[in-house]
Amino acid sequence: MAANKISFKRRAELTLRDMKRSIPLYIMIAPFMLLFFVFVVYPVLRAVWFSFTDYNVLEKANFVGLRNYQKLFLEDKTFITAIKNTFIIAVIVGPGGYILSFLLAWMINELPHKIGTVLTVIFYAPSMAGTAVISVFTMIFSNDSNGYLNSILRNLGITDEAILWLSDSDVVMVVVILASLWMSMGVGFLSFVAGVKGVDDAQYEAGAIDGIRNRWQELWYVTLPNMKPQLLFGAVTTITSSLSVGSIGDSLVGFPSPNYATHTIVNHLNDYGNIRMEMGYASAIAVILFLIMILCNMLIQKLLRKVGT
Amino acid sequence: METIKRYYHNYLKRKKAKDFTPNVKKSRRSFWGNVILGLFLLAMGFTFFFPVIYMVSNSFKPMNELFRFPPKLIVNKPTTNNYQDFVNILANTVVPVTRSLFNSLFVVVIGSVGHIVLASLCAYPLAKYKFPGSAFLNQLIVYSLMFNASVTAIHNFLTISKLGMLDTQWSIIIPGFASTLGLYLMKNFMEQIPDSLMEAAQIDGAGYVRIHFTIVMPVVKPALVTAFIMVFQAFWTNTGGSFIYTEAQKGFAYVVSQLAAGKVTGVGASYAGISSASSVVMFAVPLVVFLIMQNNVVSTMATSGMKE
Repeated sequence: MAANKISFKRRAELTLRDMKRSIPLYIMIAPFMLLFFVFVVYPVLRAVWFSFTDYNVLEKANFVGLRNYQKLFLEDKTFITAIKNTFIIAVIVGPGGYILSFLLAWMINELPHKIGTVLTVIFYAPSMAGTAVISVFTMIFSNDSNGYLNSILRNLGITDEAILWLSDSDVVMVVVILASLWMSMGVGFLSFVAGVKGVDDAQYEAGAIDGIRNRWQELWYVTLPNMKPQLLFGAVTTITSSLSVGSIGDSLVGFPSPNYATHTIVNHLNDYGNIRMEMGYASAIAVILFLIMILCNMLIQKLLRKVGT
Repeated sequence: METIKRYYHNYLKRKKAKDFTPNVKKSRRSFWGNVILGLFLLAMGFTFFFPVIYMVSNSFKPMNELFRFPPKLIVNKPTTNNYQDFVNILANTVVPVTRSLFNSLFVVVIGSVGHIVLASLCAYPLAKYKFPGSAFLNQLIVYSLMFNASVTAIHNFLTISKLGMLDTQWSIIIPGFASTLGLYLMKNFMEQIPDSLMEAAQIDGAGYVRIHFTIVMPVVKPALVTAFIMVFQAFWTNTGGSFIYTEAQKGFAYVVSQLAAGKVTGVGASYAGISSASSVVMFAVPLVVFLIMQNNVVSTMATSGMKE
């Protein structure tokens, strides 16, 4: 006990000394951290608290314990559907978008700078245009028998009848996944482009001397290990975006989607938070989504440590 | 300070010298590998750009082509009527459009520049130094990216209301400063800067802030540019939501969103052309900024050879 006490005291002293030494660093991070705690951390903590209450934004919140969580998992069948749909989308769009955006960034780096810049813009354009250009998907996947895809399929003799791409609960998921994939060249992609360009040429030279013969080996042994911070950043943005798909489905197939076929966790959250004004319940959904993302992040970080070995 | 500068310039010189030597560095590129890469990029490029082509082409379509079914990808008889109508409508709004444009400019410039300065100042100590609390803050930043914003919005609204910033541009700018995505991006890039570079400057007597502005920021310019594009876009497309309710305080994005919804003067069909022209205009501004910035990344590549 005594030894413990001393070591604790000693540790406190050391920490205090480190803190004193780091005062300039604390001053540097202070302005951003102040805003960060006021506008990000505080609201999140409030939301976590409200997830244990019955809160309708107007009246005072009543503490209800775990009632919201209980209701979510035991009574709310739509929420279970939403979790299932979110995972289906995330499993395809997450890894798909991540690998595709890395490959594209890497290929762009193989090209001359000017062409590379143009291609970067082209791939990033959908994310920049956002839902403004989502209408092109409603055009291609039109329900009408004379719509683009339907008429192509008919002319090829594959189908006789028009497929209701945007209304048939069996196929709407395909359309939403395709649209989400197409929007997935976001900030992660940009950081990859900057990251690949930043790999030191000396590394490639050393690699060539060490017997790397083709660009695939070079990719695995030189490029990837040198890009770990960017890969990590890309993973975090991919996890958050692929698990929060929701607005794409809204603008493509409407809300609620036919038979809840593309109803995601975020759709469910917006339903309760913005439409029904059951903020306590919506906060509980947000907390669960948060926990899912943290778990995924831990998993991915473990996987990323194996890169380049 | 002189030594830092010399140190830095030597790096630049060495890197530049290397750029002019014949390109022998990379391993052999096979011909068929190049062909496959090229074809793949071409196919992908078309897939990704197709909707944008459609959007731009739509904005030049006369009314009868806009409502044609099935729609044509490329416009048959291009007209600039949609853009003329767009400008005419903007010229006759109750709140002068120059006012909305100024509001947007104010938010975008102060917000983006402020965010980059504040977030990069915070990212540098977190990326390169260990101090009590740094590990905790690093974790907190990653986790903060994962909480859905729609349930936190209400609490932010209350905070801003208490601070008395409601219905001013500051209600968009100040919370926008605290966006952690850009900070996290810059921090990840800063982790790659070799310690030796900063130690040399420290021996020379430079403080953290000076090192930050003279060494760290130029080295991570690609990350700064990327973060700038992200934050620029976020501010540019922000319509003010529930934070700004006086018309004269609202930005250009709000005006355009109302046009697109056909709410300002007409309803529905007759505004389809104007709406498509307005989405191109909204898209073109970040696109131009992006092109300028991205070009900048290319020209600063000479500085990025100093990673370990």
